[in-house]
Amino acid sequence: MAKSNEPIWWSLFSAGGMVAAMMFPILIIITGILVPFGLAGDDPLNFERIHTAVSQNDSVELTLFIVITLPLFHWAHRFRFTLVDVGLKSVSTLISILCYGGAIAGTIVAVVILWNI
Amino acid sequence: MAETMKLEIFRYRPEKESEPTFQIYEVPFREDWVVLDAINHIKEEIDGTLSYRWSCQMGVCGSCGMMINNVPKLSCAVFLKDYYPDKIRIEPLTGFPVERDLIFEMDDFMTKLTEMQPYIIREEGEEKPLEEGEYLQSPAELAHYKQYSMCINCMLCYAACPVYALDSNFIGPAIIALGQRYNMDSRDQGRDSRQELIASHDGIWECTFVGECSAVCPKHVDPAAAIQRAKVSSTIDWFKDVLIPWGKKK
Amino acid sequence: MSTYLRPVPNTWWLKRKPYILFMIRELTSVFVAGYCIFLLVLVYKLTQGADAYGNFMAALKSPSSVALHLITLAFVLYHTITWFNLTPKILVLYRGEERVPQGLVAGTFYAGWVVVSVIVAWLVLGV
Repeated sequence: MAKSNEPIWWSLFSAGGMVAAMMFPILIIITGILVPFGLAGDDPLNFERIHTAVSQNDSVELTLFIVITLPLFHWAHRFRFTLVDVGLKSVSTLISILCYGGAIAGTIVAVVILWNI
Repeated sequence: MAETMKLEIFRYRPEKESEPTFQIYEVPFREDWVVLDAINHIKEEIDGTLSYRWSCQMGVCGSCGMMINNVPKLSCAVFLKDYYPDKIRIEPLTGFPVERDLIFEMDDFMTKLTEMQPYIIREEGEEKPLEEGEYLQSPAELAHYKQYSMCINCMLCYAACPVYALDSNFIGPAIIALGQRYNMDSRDQGRDSRQELIASHDGIWECTFVGECSAVCPKHVDPAAAIQRAKVSSTIDWFKDVLIPWGKKK
Repeated sequence: MSTYLRPVPNTWWLKRKPYILFMIRELTSVFVAGYCIFLLVLVYKLTQGADAYGNFMAALKSPSSVALHLITLAFVLYHTITWFNLTPKILVLYRGEERVPQGLVAGTFYAGWVVVSVIVAWLVLGV
């Protein structure tokens, strides 16, 4: 039995899972509750401030890139196995292509968008 | 009026039926009886045709694993009083082909057990001759693998694992834990040869960390943890192989 | 003599609570991906000018946006908690013969989570 190449996907899954676990709750609270209800100061996410921060700072762009793409790979790996677990093992190759392909597509879109800011 | 309770037991007699059935037996309820006692009572007093495995009656041989109300358990370790007065449903362990009644076919497990090479492997020329005495191991070194050495091969973990139920190609919890038991033993040098099995598509990478294997293990081996740790070490190996290909041994 | 292979229904996970909880944990990944898409759209709107971005941010006040955020938050929190609780299984550390307590390992991640959340809030909200 040959050693598998799963480690690459599993590494991305783990990294994405850690990023999502650590950073998504607070981000969701910010965009879902604090900012819409005006609970965090005077429009902190206004266009001027955010656009400047992203376009002027490589570290902000990089952070956004990581926060958007790694959890996508977390989803891809986990969702792939979920679909297999509910009986779709016969089409597991197609599922892998769609899931990892989706994450890769999202990554490419993120690169294109961030590059153009 | 003596108290009784009902056991609904899976029956399959290939010589006379193509589909399994369930048979309900009424057994005496005794405070100190375990399910195995009740099944032995059935065999001795009610229906001698009932077939099942058992041996030590004390949770160390791993023979009497059964599905008890859908949960894999050792029938010698489950008290009737925890279910009384409700009926108990007893079936053979999930995920395995049924030979007869509660007896399932273990061949797949036994084959994989041998393939894992569950013994100390020394590299070429590293075998210590007898005159040089024992391989020494500190308590700290023992602590690293001791938990994984406690497995009694009862296969409850396989019955709890949905991955194995869906695909019997999966190597499975107990056997990967056993591989880890040797991989983490300071006297062993056979990790690379076991990796062929452990790090394969049918090995650790099929596992989705449901964790039920560890939940049902009567010996607290925690095979789920053994598998996840193997994922980490196999991933580190993989990156080393990919990034430092010239660093390969032998 | 033939052995009998019991069929496994695709609804196997509905039969017991641990399996249902497992499936919920796995489905949190869908909500994680959902939020990634949201962030992607937010960043895209940044490239479309102040008006487009402003409209997008205003839409965050709508009941459907808040509701979606709250549902996503619930699932993401379940991801976070199950994720951190599983770290001691993977990160096994020994001091001599003694294993580092599992609560300590998980606790460290929870503490890290609080620190990261505070830093992120401070940076993003500029307070």
